[in-house]
Amino acid sequence: MKVLIPGALRSYTDSAQAEADGATLAEVVTALDLQYPGIAFRMVDEQGRIRRHIRFFVDGQPVHDLGRPADPQGELVIVQALSGG
Amino acid sequence: MNPPRDTAGPVTLLVATRKGAWLYHADAERRTWQVDGPHFLGHVISHLVLDPRDGRTLLAAAKTGHLGPTIFRSTDFGRNWAEATRPPAFAKAEDGRGRSVDHTFWLTPGHASEPGVWYAGTSPQGLFRSEDGGVSWAPCSAINDDPQYRKWMGTVQDGTPDGPKLHSILIDPRDPAHMYMAMSGGGVHESFDAGRSFAPLIDGLKVVEGFDVNDATFHDPHCIRLCPANPDRLYQQNHCGLFRLDRPATRWRHIGGGMPADVGDIGFPMVVHPRDPDAAWVFPMDGTSVWPRTSPGGRPAVFVTRDGGERWQRQDAGLPAEQAWWTVKRQAMTADSQPSVGLYFGTTSGELWASTDEGAHWCCIARHLPDIYAVEVAEPAAR
Repeated sequence: MKVLIPGALRSYTDSAQAEADGATLAEVVTALDLQYPGIAFRMVDEQGRIRRHIRFFVDGQPVHDLGRPADPQGELVIVQALSGG
Repeated sequence: MNPPRDTAGPVTLLVATRKGAWLYHADAERRTWQVDGPHFLGHVISHLVLDPRDGRTLLAAAKTGHLGPTIFRSTDFGRNWAEATRPPAFAKAEDGRGRSVDHTFWLTPGHASEPGVWYAGTSPQGLFRSEDGGVSWAPCSAINDDPQYRKWMGTVQDGTPDGPKLHSILIDPRDPAHMYMAMSGGGVHESFDAGRSFAPLIDGLKVVEGFDVNDATFHDPHCIRLCPANPDRLYQQNHCGLFRLDRPATRWRHIGGGMPADVGDIGFPMVVHPRDPDAAWVFPMDGTSVWPRTSPGGRPAVFVTRDGGERWQRQDAGLPAEQAWWTVKRQAMTADSQPSVGLYFGTTSGELWASTDEGAHWCCIARHLPDIYAVEVAEPAAR
């Protein structure tokens, strides 16, 4: 599926857009990490939880469950909320 | 702490801040400083440390306000950086309710006989070990998953404003298996088997009035240092004052009674002399009422002891005489090991101060940096 990368993570991808596939969103994140080592842990913690200031949107809808099936034709938008001064 | 030396050599300050890291390279007299940075602009850098065993590897503990934590490594003294492949992370819990590392707070190179070994302390409290120079990190389950230690750690709610921390990881230079570590909160602990098991070392320390002094939960060590010239001597700046421990004794002794009453003996940093175990420095802060955590009375000063803590002498020549309300965090003050010992500290207002005469005179060598979290000295033999 198409994955849109937020600015803070483009040091990994060198691009605003990536492609990654998997049966679930968790597998998509794992596939993304295989291409861009280290990117997953900046977004998802060691317990498999999306980090506090990261949001995932699939086809425009917010998603909190990484176990959700991933549609190869869909679009995952990763958003990072800025925090702190 | 770098190994003591008899001859002068190059000195670089490794400055970790809330918005990135800077390196300051001294000239031979330590009078002028060449700045190199920012590195990792915008990243919260909790600690930046040189591996004294090779004199060129640097590790930086990093995160940002919105991304998870990581470790950056340089094997050429900061010219190029690469990310750790497996940063410190807790073991995954089957029920999905396990802890996650918010940030790595403390980095300690391992024993001289164990090149590649590093230890890391995290927030919330966790101990991690790397055997490949910081590329990959494994959790130390004796601390991270032990029910008793988890109880002593408490919850994030029990911790300091920036999160509870494991810090002051100290390796006995005579024995790689003998180590100490401290938790805020959770007390001081000792291991004789390279971190496979630990036991509390809190006898003689104070806790906040009304709490059980025998329960490690209520102990809040701020910073512990081991004297290079006498590894049996430990100094501690604690939430409740200044303490010293001379092994093999196991009872800490309060040594803050000689501090002026209007200053007190509360603070965060603790610095020891590279060659004289009777000499140490502290930077007191206001720990009264609501804990303003400023210099007492707005008059910053370093205090030195030359007799193991019996007496303390104020050292403020060159520092602001009044209306200076910054303070110094626990990792933000250190000493070099030059023949005339240099002292350095970074402030919460982004100033970097230096003394090349053991604290007798101070000068500001950098201003307008972000909030300084840590200052370490790098004294590589050759680069």
